Amino acid sequence: MAGIVSYGGYIPRYRLNRKVIFKAMGWLNPGSAAYARGEKSVANFDEDSISMGTAAAIDCLTGFDRSQAEGLYFASTTMPYKERLSAGIIATALNLPDAIRSADFSNGLRSGTTALISALETVEAGRAKRMLICAADSRLGKTGTPQEMLFGDGAAALLVGNDDVIAEFQGAYFLSYDFVDHYRGDLAKYDRSWEERWIRDEGLEKFIPAAINGLLKKYDLKITDFARVIYPCDYPAAHKKIAKILSLEGSQLQGTMMNEIGDTGAAHPLVMLVKALEDASPGEKILVVSFGNGCEALFFEVTDEIGKPKKRNGIGGYLKRKFELTNYEKYLVFRDLCQADLGLRAEEDIWTRWSLLWRNRKVIFGLVGNRCKRCGTPHYPPQRVCANPDCGAIDEIEDYTFADKPGNIFNFTGDMLAASFDPPAIHGQIDFDGGGRYWFDFTDCTLDELNIGMRVEMSFRKRYYDDRRNIHGYFWKAVPIKEVE
Amino acid sequence: MATGIKDKVVIIGMGCTRFGERWDTNAEDLIIEAFVECLEDAGIEKKEIQAAWWGCHFDQVNYGKAAVPLSTTLKLPFIPVTRVDNWCATGTEALRGACYAVASGAYDIALALGAEKLKDTGYGGLPGGGNTSQINLMIKPNYTAPAGFALMATRYMAKYKISPDELKRALAHISVKSHANGLLSPKAHLRRLITEEDVIKAPMIAWPLGLYDCCGVSDGGAAAIVTTPEIARSLKKDPVLVKALQISVTSGEEAIYTSWDGSYVMTTTQAAKWAYEEAGIKNPREEISLMELHDCFSITELSTYEDLGICPRGTAMKDIMDGFFDLDGKLPTQSDGGLKCFGHPIGASGLRMLYEIYNQLLGRCGERQIKDPHLGLTHNLGGLPSGSVCSIAILGRE
Repeated sequence: MAGIVSYGGYIPRYRLNRKVIFKAMGWLNPGSAAYARGEKSVANFDEDSISMGTAAAIDCLTGFDRSQAEGLYFASTTMPYKERLSAGIIATALNLPDAIRSADFSNGLRSGTTALISALETVEAGRAKRMLICAADSRLGKTGTPQEMLFGDGAAALLVGNDDVIAEFQGAYFLSYDFVDHYRGDLAKYDRSWEERWIRDEGLEKFIPAAINGLLKKYDLKITDFARVIYPCDYPAAHKKIAKILSLEGSQLQGTMMNEIGDTGAAHPLVMLVKALEDASPGEKILVVSFGNGCEALFFEVTDEIGKPKKRNGIGGYLKRKFELTNYEKYLVFRDLCQADLGLRAEEDIWTRWSLLWRNRKVIFGLVGNRCKRCGTPHYPPQRVCANPDCGAIDEIEDYTFADKPGNIFNFTGDMLAASFDPPAIHGQIDFDGGGRYWFDFTDCTLDELNIGMRVEMSFRKRYYDDRRNIHGYFWKAVPIKEVE
Repeated sequence: MATGIKDKVVIIGMGCTRFGERWDTNAEDLIIEAFVECLEDAGIEKKEIQAAWWGCHFDQVNYGKAAVPLSTTLKLPFIPVTRVDNWCATGTEALRGACYAVASGAYDIALALGAEKLKDTGYGGLPGGGNTSQINLMIKPNYTAPAGFALMATRYMAKYKISPDELKRALAHISVKSHANGLLSPKAHLRRLITEEDVIKAPMIAWPLGLYDCCGVSDGGAAAIVTTPEIARSLKKDPVLVKALQISVTSGEEAIYTSWDGSYVMTTTQAAKWAYEEAGIKNPREEISLMELHDCFSITELSTYEDLGICPRGTAMKDIMDGFFDLDGKLPTQSDGGLKCFGHPIGASGLRMLYEIYNQLLGRCGERQIKDPHLGLTHNLGGLPSGSVCSIAILGRE
């Protein structure tokens, strides 16, 4: 039976306490005090939906053979390109096979579950054996608005298939309405929302129960059959009210994580689902609902496979890996909400030459180097002449992937002269486990915490933004591995 | 069996501009300023120059590519002119071209001129961009030159178990010494005394290197005219002979292969070995009278003392603190103030260093004149410790 085979998550390291936002902007909108509780997750300046989606996918694929994936669906409402497949960038970063189906699902907060259902149905129909889905969002709220407080950044990924299923897909129910609680026009950076009372009374509190009741009726189930019921809802009171409407017990209700990370948009139903799977036991039925221009409800039954230990961070792991961003202005700069002057050095042009990027797509996006077949020396970037001075073999090489190799810090510094959104720009050479050395930017760390020999792993990040040509460039950076208790 | 060019080429004239933020000059003015002094010093006419080598690195900032900027600025009469660029070794590389031309017998008199007009970028430090391949622009980290050398400092501290405070103290002595010399050097850019406390408390540029661990950035040019010993004897009383000219260029292994320990510079170590062989130097610490080293950053000067074999590895800090390299020390280094005080117009620096050695050997250095020097060494390091080009030149009397 088709279902979920693996799951993964990603929450960026930075958390912004909403009281910090209120302290900075409460003067403009004193009413936002009502939202100034808990923290929201904030993507680093070098993260976006593509990089976070990739990180969640990497987490999900830990221990799985990537060559088995027959498709990648990516869902987000904050894709960096209107035309250019985000899933194509992610698939290249993940070194997935070329002969796969790939698609982007967007234009609504339901797109994460839409991608998941599409993949499940593809697998169910026998058209593919394994499909990967990832969803990520990094939505912006205008400064001082409830949206700024409510929106968080994050990603989730699911591997679906017919074998070794941890949660069987048992059915879905759909409601489609052109209910515009908020929208973002094609030229807009921010959402424009209608009155919350109307969204709550006429939207959330009607559609979510309607979708769940529709699913229960369609499959002849009772709400008490479900161990976990998942529906995102930005407003705690409305979340509780819906539970009451559905007669849900507190133990059935999956937490929204609004106080830990906020609403991660199209990813949020899947972020909550991944969190639920982390704690699920065999035999449990899980119901997931997404809300956005209607609803999608789908349900799963957890199998015995869930008990097999798998190495991954999951949403729970990333919730623990956090670093408080105490500086609201830094958040504004990271999200390009205020124009910071990085100096004339920042004006230097990086040309993206598409023909070069295509030729070197595995090298740049996949962090694929090569290895000398004669002496075994790994190289990044790939070399045709072996770099080992005692070898020097020419063209005796095979592909060798560095993206999944941890390494040690060989040297490091904090560069105050380099133009950076978060000076100093920290970088240094990495010696990879198994051989190979290269010089990388470091991210998600401060200079003080680094030492020679410290363990690092590689993370796919936004390397540059070319504002003259509206091009987002990506590459890999080193992130210190932090032990979480 | 090749024997090198020792004593086969003589420098008969040199010129050097005032280095600094030359807001008043165009790129061409720097060429002319260096050339006029050089030609006058050589005591020859322009038409006697048979071939020229032009050194310029950041062609995107001012001069542009090819050899034409030199030939058209000086109106060289359709003679062969070659542009060379080998990162920060460019100036010495230009001289190498001219010297090999004379040593081979292809030409009697040749010109080497290097200049760089850097201060039209609008910001501090070296210009970026255009300095690497397109794929490197997409995969190299967001770095600047001081950070590339700071990486070596972190490895040096780790290898010899030195605390950042201890290292900073030794590095401070290097910069203080150079500023003291620069004060006595009329053509230097930065001419004021600094203290070790100034260095240690200066704003951080790339940890552990602060502002005063970094050389200046300036405009400048320098030139040399070379010929055979026979022609030199007919023209001049005081010959300055080329004893060695060596270049070592990275194979790339420091950057991607894991055998290099990161605390020293492989190219300098190699070029020094060849230069001493060519010049017939057995004990450089005893035989060399003065040095002009590529002190782009204080840590580079420290490492170079060891890479050149002047100090055993791990011991340079002691010699530095003992004043061994001070103007009144056993082996005065950066007697003109070095890159620290001259700044580093890339194409000019190698020739600017040779200008100091040349004038010291001829006893023309006034207040900063070293007593009775015999052999002087210049060293340039282009790129970064993790991938460099090193040039070493040795000049001598008789």
